[in-house]
Amino acid sequence: MSVYKMGDYHYDNQTVRKFIYSSIFWGVLALIAGVWISILFWAPGLNGPGWLTYGRLRSFHVNVMAFGLVLGALIGIFYYITIRLTKRPLLFPKIARFTVYLFNLAIAVGGWGLLMGYTKSLAYNEFEWPASLLIVILWVLMAVVILGTIIKRKEEQMYISLWYIIATVVTLAVIYVVNNLVVPAGLFKSYPVFAGVNGANVEWWYGHNAVGSELTMATLALFYYFLPKSTGLPIYSHRLSIIAFWSLIFAYLWAGAHHLVYTPIPDWIQTVAIAMSIFLIAPSWGSVVNGFYTVREDWGRMRTHYLTKFFILGITFYGIQTVQGPTQALRVVSSLIHYTDWVVGHVHMGAMGWDALVITGAIYYIIPKIYDTEIYSEKIANTHFWLVLTGQIIYSITMWIAGIQEGAMQKAVNPDGTLKYTWDQIVAKDIPYWQFRTLGGVIFVAGMLFFVYNILMTVRKGNALVASKA
Amino acid sequence: MAKNIYSKPVLFTILATLTILVGTVVTMFVPMLTAQMHPKLEGLKPYTALQLAGRDVYQSEGCPFCHTQTVRPLKTEVERYGHYSLAGEFYYDRPFLWGTKRTGPDLAREGGKYPDSWQYAHFEDPRAFAPHSIMPSFAWLKKIKLDPAQVETHMKVLGFPYTQADISALAGKTELDALVAYVQTLGTAVTVKAQATVPVTKKMTHVPNPLAGSHEAIERGEKLFEQNCQACHGKEGVGYIGPSLRDKDIFLYVRGNVPDDDYFEIIHNGTHPGGIEDGRTEKGGMPSFADTLSNDEIWSLVAYIRSLQGEK
Repeated sequence: MSVYKMGDYHYDNQTVRKFIYSSIFWGVLALIAGVWISILFWAPGLNGPGWLTYGRLRSFHVNVMAFGLVLGALIGIFYYITIRLTKRPLLFPKIARFTVYLFNLAIAVGGWGLLMGYTKSLAYNEFEWPASLLIVILWVLMAVVILGTIIKRKEEQMYISLWYIIATVVTLAVIYVVNNLVVPAGLFKSYPVFAGVNGANVEWWYGHNAVGSELTMATLALFYYFLPKSTGLPIYSHRLSIIAFWSLIFAYLWAGAHHLVYTPIPDWIQTVAIAMSIFLIAPSWGSVVNGFYTVREDWGRMRTHYLTKFFILGITFYGIQTVQGPTQALRVVSSLIHYTDWVVGHVHMGAMGWDALVITGAIYYIIPKIYDTEIYSEKIANTHFWLVLTGQIIYSITMWIAGIQEGAMQKAVNPDGTLKYTWDQIVAKDIPYWQFRTLGGVIFVAGMLFFVYNILMTVRKGNALVASKA
Repeated sequence: MAKNIYSKPVLFTILATLTILVGTVVTMFVPMLTAQMHPKLEGLKPYTALQLAGRDVYQSEGCPFCHTQTVRPLKTEVERYGHYSLAGEFYYDRPFLWGTKRTGPDLAREGGKYPDSWQYAHFEDPRAFAPHSIMPSFAWLKKIKLDPAQVETHMKVLGFPYTQADISALAGKTELDALVAYVQTLGTAVTVKAQATVPVTKKMTHVPNPLAGSHEAIERGEKLFEQNCQACHGKEGVGYIGPSLRDKDIFLYVRGNVPDDDYFEIIHNGTHPGGIEDGRTEKGGMPSFADTLSNDEIWSLVAYIRSLQGEK
């Protein structure tokens, strides 16, 4: 590694690589935890004491997935994209390298803490305050590197992906800092400054926009960069990108309270959030249309360029996701499916369908580029693709059916107005769906392991190439 | 358009920040400054030291992943759980623990629904109470002692009132003790529910069990008993958390048999401390099975209980 000097692309490429490897490491742990907790749904006797209990492993799964796998991959890929779109190395390469270690430290501290039972109990923000503090420092340093590099760019115009990167950096900074305003009570415990209904309103303003920035804006930054790169086709409409961008980042921040429909927060906040959720279909589909029309120039590339299908199927699931989400916000739909497995299916379609396909597709593109070689095996990449697609579809569909069933059984009444089903009867009917969900999860994870293998083999090939050149 | 905002990163960043702040200010920041976001129910009390310790355990073990704490204002939800949640109930909740998913039932009205002994037994072996329950056993929490000094720090941070006696009383208490204490507070500030109207039944006439002695009913009752009653009243009604059902001479802690329809009413309505059933004062603790069992099923249970007592 010492052959790479600071300030050249090779040095920054090493930073990108380290982020990608770290994120794969955390991702594998989080995936295993995910499959395991899905088994606990139909084999509850396997729950152990302490960190082996569902409640702790569940928060480990969610937070290590969101912050370990996704955030790690995104920071690395942001660096990669920024270098290329600004036509210069990173402005502070040493700080960028330092963020890799800071990142791993934050996830290790936070993830370990969750297994020990140290949690803030705020959705998507469960790491206790020491880990959150590390993440804030990480984010600030990363923002300095990325914004600094953009300011000192060698390319006049900022391409669409840079807009989304800037929006992600700013949004996540604002929401994460506000939702982490806590009073520490020792190293392992803190209490938020916000209480009750106000706390709920702040939390879902955060929760919705954590997804909105990390899993939407950031992933769109990747999509707008790697779709044209992998297909060789220019984005269909620049004007549509502009309209979609500004309306998306404007509307997203209004919609958080659709997570709180029928709760005791003021009705007007719920209603405004529902209306803005419906509005969000437009900018979301702006990007979907832009993606489809880009490839419409030559659909044959879905066959000939193996990466094209990762991005096109990814944006397809994004499209379904962004119709399903606003629909769920409607009061009548919410009353049936809120608090059921339907929502679990919804979240996992986004994560396993949209984010996983786009992020792994981006990594398939980046790793060979860094080594100036080709991917180890397109065949394995295709196997990976079909497995994660199948796994995700089994997962989402079984959870949608289970969710509707749960909602309907909870609402069912006898002719005399009494409830038709006890809770135990409702749970009993869920078991086969939960077993199918595990099957979907196992297939998905198998696909992801093919991906990891393919990347490792590409790296091996690349290292051999570097050695032969030296 | 030679020099647009897409070639001015600083201006672009400022504009993007302002854009995301509009919704933030209108729906989150401004409401926070108004009283509507900080309501407090009359009679709502801060958590005691033991309850707060239990709330911390509730957080640590991820209970909110499977249990919500908000009853929505929907007919069937009020029917299943009780009064819908009120904004003023959560004044002391830092953080709020409403949850997002009901793998298990909502707990907003759990406090006082069952006696402590039920809660302990259920935490240790949930499937003894609901055969299909997938809740983990939390028996291991019995082995973890509370750290009174730590709980005191937490009380201080939250500014909840306590005495030294409250803190020293924590010595020797386990995390399970604390968890039960916390669960028993849930929803107790809302008294609009049944407790306000303790049923007083004054009847001179009695209705006999229409299914008395029916072999079919007894068999059906036995199954229902195993599913719904055994966890508290023991195998074949020998008594455990709840009293023995085998001895008809001592019932509701008083000597003398009670008629079939009083059995029916106790199963249907549950018992309430201070309630009066056929002249006997109830201790409370028996939950209502009105939502769980049909009239026929309750009569079948009565038939089965009679068969345990040796009546044909």
